[in-house]
Amino acid sequence: MPGLEDLYREIILDHYRNPRNRGELDAPPARRVEGFNPLCGDEVVVYLDVADDGTVNDIRISGQGCSISQSSASMMSSAVKGRSAEEVRALIRAFKAMMSIHEQRLDGSEEEEPIAAEPDVKLGDLEALQGVVKFPVRIKCATLSWNTLAQGLDEAAAEAPTG
Amino acid sequence: MAVTQLDVARLKKDFPIFERVVNGHRLVYLDSASSSQKPRAVLDAMDHLYETSYANTHRGVYVLGQESTALYEGARERVRQFINAPSSREVLFSKNVTEAINLVAYSWGRANLREGDAVLLTEMEHHANLVPWLVLKEQLGIELRFLPISEDYQLDLSELDRLIDGVKLVGVVGISNVLGTLNPVRHLADAAHAAGALLLVDGAQYAPHVATDVQALGCDFFGFTGHKLLGPTGIGVLWGREELLDAMPAFLTGGEMIRDVRLDGWTPNELPWKFEAGTQPIAEAVGLAAAIDYLEGVGMEAVREHEVSLTAYALRALTERHGDKLNIFGPSEPAARGGVISFAYEGVHPHDVSQVLDEAGVCVRAGHHCAKPLMRRLGVGATARASLYIYNDEADVDALNEALDEADRLFAF
Repeated sequence: MPGLEDLYREIILDHYRNPRNRGELDAPPARRVEGFNPLCGDEVVVYLDVADDGTVNDIRISGQGCSISQSSASMMSSAVKGRSAEEVRALIRAFKAMMSIHEQRLDGSEEEEPIAAEPDVKLGDLEALQGVVKFPVRIKCATLSWNTLAQGLDEAAAEAPTG
Repeated sequence: MAVTQLDVARLKKDFPIFERVVNGHRLVYLDSASSSQKPRAVLDAMDHLYETSYANTHRGVYVLGQESTALYEGARERVRQFINAPSSREVLFSKNVTEAINLVAYSWGRANLREGDAVLLTEMEHHANLVPWLVLKEQLGIELRFLPISEDYQLDLSELDRLIDGVKLVGVVGISNVLGTLNPVRHLADAAHAAGALLLVDGAQYAPHVATDVQALGCDFFGFTGHKLLGPTGIGVLWGREELLDAMPAFLTGGEMIRDVRLDGWTPNELPWKFEAGTQPIAEAVGLAAAIDYLEGVGMEAVREHEVSLTAYALRALTERHGDKLNIFGPSEPAARGGVISFAYEGVHPHDVSQVLDEAGVCVRAGHHCAKPLMRRLGVGATARASLYIYNDEADVDALNEALDEADRLFAF
């Protein structure tokens, strides 16, 4: 039985109490994307300043949620700020792989090939969120801001000048 | 000294689930507003039907079919007595309250509401008594009005005369599933009828906790659900006045609810079967009847008395221990409320409260409780909610209180 210490690592509580990149950007020119967890009412708003080449120049997070969703958003903002589109995409894939590998195990399909991890991506502090996978109902809390970020990047890419 | 006369220790033994150990602790179940636990008598009644008398109802001429039908219709009669309905023809089985209210909105609403007609609801309704009417707003162009909430989390009736003028139906939750507020149903019924409107009561949190007399309440429709009343999931009840139900068109259509089908048309069955399409949840109806037997064995007056006493104890004990860190969203007067205690804890999100409590075997709900407009009105995204029933006692409240200390310690800045 996983204990609370697996979930509430000190670094998670630190990001919850002292969220990084908390606030808003003027939108427009920044892009504003909302994410909701309809089950629990948590909501996150991600403000993105994305360059034409897809680089995340700046990011801000607002909204409300539990320690897991808020700390995940805070760590995400630190990890993606200033990174290229490819790096951010790889990070999103790596984070979701960390979250969903265990989801497969819970389904009893441990033998199956796990979702392709991103061996070259360093998750750093984000690895503290690995404990969340032992609490399946909280995985959606951890992934809320990441899905919202991905949605914002998709929208930015779709509207970016071509060529 | 116990604050209540109910022998909770003895009652708990009737519920097999309380033998369960959670995270090394005894089970402290404080989420009955979401769904209640089941006494052995309910489980046995359902098993007994399946083991001895099960067949489809209203079909077979053989012994099993007769017995099954008698048990199913006996359950309807048991419900009729429980809510003091004038006739069992007025007692319709549904899946739950959500389906019961959808039935009223879909059938009565479409037959009786036109563009511009108004329906009066309240700001504390569950989504089940909001969305069916929002659908009619979209599809028919009806107007929705809302009774606001006062400072002490009661309905603010100061503008009732203006708001109720010209409405066709008033819909109100009997006891709020978030605030615990016990609403003045009789008063609203009289006001609705004076205004030429009907009154619909969402009784999901009411019927399991307060002796229910639909005639004394003066309402026109009353819905409740089995699984919050010690019964199984999948069975609910809509009671409606016979002349209303008689005039309403069928809701779900198909098997069982018909008298005749031709290739060019069909004729509905009479009440109550007109509103019961397809094979019904037979064992669940029998389980619901057993739950009613169990509850009435305890006595609904004793149930209510116990919950008022225990709620008073909980409000006092929680406030004494946690002071200003704890913000309770609900009436402060125990007699004006049910045993639903929603709260915010300073610095700890409701999900985290619930997670930390789970570690101590304490089950509370965290979330918006299917009342998002109310959450917005309260200015929160979610609350933690502890809810009480007959199998809870002061020790359960104390366990909650102690576990909240741990949440406070873990998340302290």
